Amino acid sequence: MLMRVSSEERIIENFREDKTIDNDVLLDVRDLETHFFGEESVTRALGGVSFQVKKGETLGVVGESGCGKSVTALSIMRLLPKMSAKTVGGEVCFHGRNLLDLPEREMRKIRGNKIAMIFQDPMTSLNPVYTVGRQIAEAVEIHSGASRSDALSKAAEMLRLVRIADPERRVNNYPYEMSGGMRQRVMIAMALACSPELLIADEPTTALDVTIQAQILRLIVDLKKRTGTAVMFITHDLGVVAETCQRVIVMYAGRIVEQATVTDLFSRPVHPYTKALMRSVPDRRRGKEHRLPEIPGIVPSLREPIVGCSFAQRCPFATEVCREKSPVLEEYGADHAVACWHAKEVVSA
Amino acid sequence: MSGPLLKVEKLVKHYPLGDGIFNKDPKVVRAVEDVSFSVEAGETLCIVGESGCGKSTVARLLMRLVDPTGGRVLLEGTDIASLKKGELRDWRRRMQMVFQDPYSSLNPRLTAGQIITEPAGNFERLGRKKRETLAAELLKKVGLAPEIMHRLPSELSGGQRQRLGIARALSLKPSIIIADEAVSALDVSVQAQILNLLMDLQEETGIAFVFISHDLGVVEHIGHRVAVMYLGRIVELANCEALFAKPIHPYTEALIAAAPVPDPTYARLEVPVEGEVPSPVNPPSGCTFHPRCPLAVERCRIEVPPLVPAADGRLVACHVRATQ
Ligand SMILES: Nc1ncnc2c1ncn2[C@@H]1O[C@H](COP(=O)(O)OP(=O)(O)OP(=O)(O)O)[C@@H](O)[C@H]1O
Ligand SMILES: Nc1ncnc2c1ncn2[C@@H]1O[C@H](COP(=O)(O)OP(=O)(O)O)[C@@H](O)[C@H]1O
Ligand code: SF4
Ligand code: SF4
Ligand SMILES: [Mg+2]
Ligand SMILES: [Mg+2]
Repeated sequence: MLMRVSSEERIIENFREDKTIDNDVLLDVRDLETHFFGEESVTRALGGVSFQVKKGETLGVVGESGCGKSVTALSIMRLLPKMSAKTVGGEVCFHGRNLLDLPEREMRKIRGNKIAMIFQDPMTSLNPVYTVGRQIAEAVEIHSGASRSDALSKAAEMLRLVRIADPERRVNNYPYEMSGGMRQRVMIAMALACSPELLIADEPTTALDVTIQAQILRLIVDLKKRTGTAVMFITHDLGVVAETCQRVIVMYAGRIVEQATVTDLFSRPVHPYTKALMRSVPDRRRGKEHRLPEIPGIVPSLREPIVGCSFAQRCPFATEVCREKSPVLEEYGADHAVACWHAKEVVSA
Repeated sequence: MSGPLLKVEKLVKHYPLGDGIFNKDPKVVRAVEDVSFSVEAGETLCIVGESGCGKSTVARLLMRLVDPTGGRVLLEGTDIASLKKGELRDWRRRMQMVFQDPYSSLNPRLTAGQIITEPAGNFERLGRKKRETLAAELLKKVGLAPEIMHRLPSELSGGQRQRLGIARALSLKPSIIIADEAVSALDVSVQAQILNLLMDLQEETGIAFVFISHDLGVVEHIGHRVAVMYLGRIVELANCEALFAKPIHPYTEALIAAAPVPDPTYARLEVPVEGEVPSPVNPPSGCTFHPRCPLAVERCRIEVPPLVPAADGRLVACHVRATQ
């Protein structure tokens, strides 16, 4: 029953979807720069991030803690803390409009309706004093103008869709009466209630146990196949990316360092950081006796402006140019882009 | 010394739930139920399982930070429950703990040097000179520069703080360290540094580890033997290679199948077990895994399966699989 098969054998059900990616661009993010303003310092959380989400694709965003994954998502949704954060540069184009220029009233129509987001901890985004049924129904009412009773029956339907057993009874549950896995299902139900064109999922399974995580990942991928919603899947887990995403962007210290199809990224990573990151995860196929390859040093502080390549202090290939000029994300083969001055040398090394 | 370094016999821990004064039949959280294992000198025994299965409670029982409801912990043949206060202190030198969260487990007002020499200072008076020499020595052992001794924890990175936690645990030259999710809060690139450090220390000093983690990749890398826990019980205990090559208990199998593999050319055929982990307040009858188990038979609902040797000598608690 429970087994893994190699790619040659996998005929039955595919966890990840491998169909060719639609080239229609849904979301176009250009040079996004977001800063946090502290008492004495400025944290440059995003230092110019550019990428596209294509219609109906699953795009993975990976990187270590603090690299800017969540800030990217919150900047797109314009949900950054108002007092301390500001997107100081760039554009987020969606259906020909720059979301960053929209009045808040317009943006509210987009949020939840066209672009929905789910968070790592469902408890903080569900209201503890209302039943989950009422919360889903509210989302449906706001966005579709359905009547209260229609919305309530739609809520039960949505719970069934995310495979919660006994949905008619469960709509009357409060969030605390549900397990973490069930709450995350409720969040997904709410996010999908209005058939968004883009779903941004920020570490939706990080707080869950692996057996529950597997259920939720399967659910997201299945629902995505059925509805055609594009998904931006944020995670720090390379395994989760490999199993769910079609394309991936790798972030480091507030910048995108590499972007590729998932098969390409794992079979021939080019950026020294991506390569090192992949090697530092224990992997049985390399054999157990090996010491894990370490990445020396630590991630640079974002409180100081970074001159040159942000990976230069830890990179074995770094030269003078790396410390002086910031490398731009450039095409490196089909559907593959890398921000590294020495990509060619790195690949042949 | 003969026999294992650490021996755990039939450990049980029930936490009372709320107050039982007005309640004739007070409920309890069955955090640990009948757990037995042993650890040899120089060995790494890993404990894996999903959240709430009782891993940290086992660690606390080993360190006697909580008292067991039943069972014994023997260190070098001595029952730690029989020790008097003074003896317990002395015994603690031999077993030390490293915690998950390098941020909250270090006193923020002490310098790195003070933190790591504090345990030794409890046993002998340390002059400034002696303290600094010891601090430098310990820092070197965990790969940190001696200058760090004057810094506060807030001025260090997560990986550096976890190194401090390890340095402090090493300071009394223990024969065993209990590491509870010691690398879980760290980034993967830093996690690799700490895992290498632990393995190097074991090679140099022959120290034993009880390494608790929910991350199977990490466990497979560092473990010699692995105990898999589910709802307070060990369901399988085997050599690391054997366990990952061929899990026998259906839960172990599901756990390994569920862990995402960082390779897009691998795909799983079937989502492992359905359903949620039941509550340890009201665990299912018989085998606690039976509501989620694809192999469950009538007997599983009634009888708790004992942990018994399977064909290759590993221990398995399953009515269907243990005897196959
Ligand atoms: N409210 C805030 N105030 C100040 N700085 C912040 C705030 N939120 C995020 N940052 C900083 O912005 C940077 C990017 O943070 P972000 O939360 O996007 O990281 P992440 O990749 O999502 O990390 P994680 O994996 O830990 O969630 C970090 O340096 C972080 O410290
Ligand atoms: N002090 C406590 N009081 C009541 N219940 C507790 C206490 N500590 C742990 N528990 C419960 O015991 C079970 C096992 O907990 P723990 O050992 O911390 O799990 P983990 O495997 O995540 O480390 C959980 O259900 C937990 O909620
Ligand atoms: S640009 Fe230079 S420092 Fe940066 S990753 Fe490439 S080689 Fe390394
Ligand atoms: S004892 Fe029965 S229910 Fe428990 S794991 Fe074995 S087959 Fe499954
Ligand atoms: Mg985040
Ligand atoms: Mg724990």
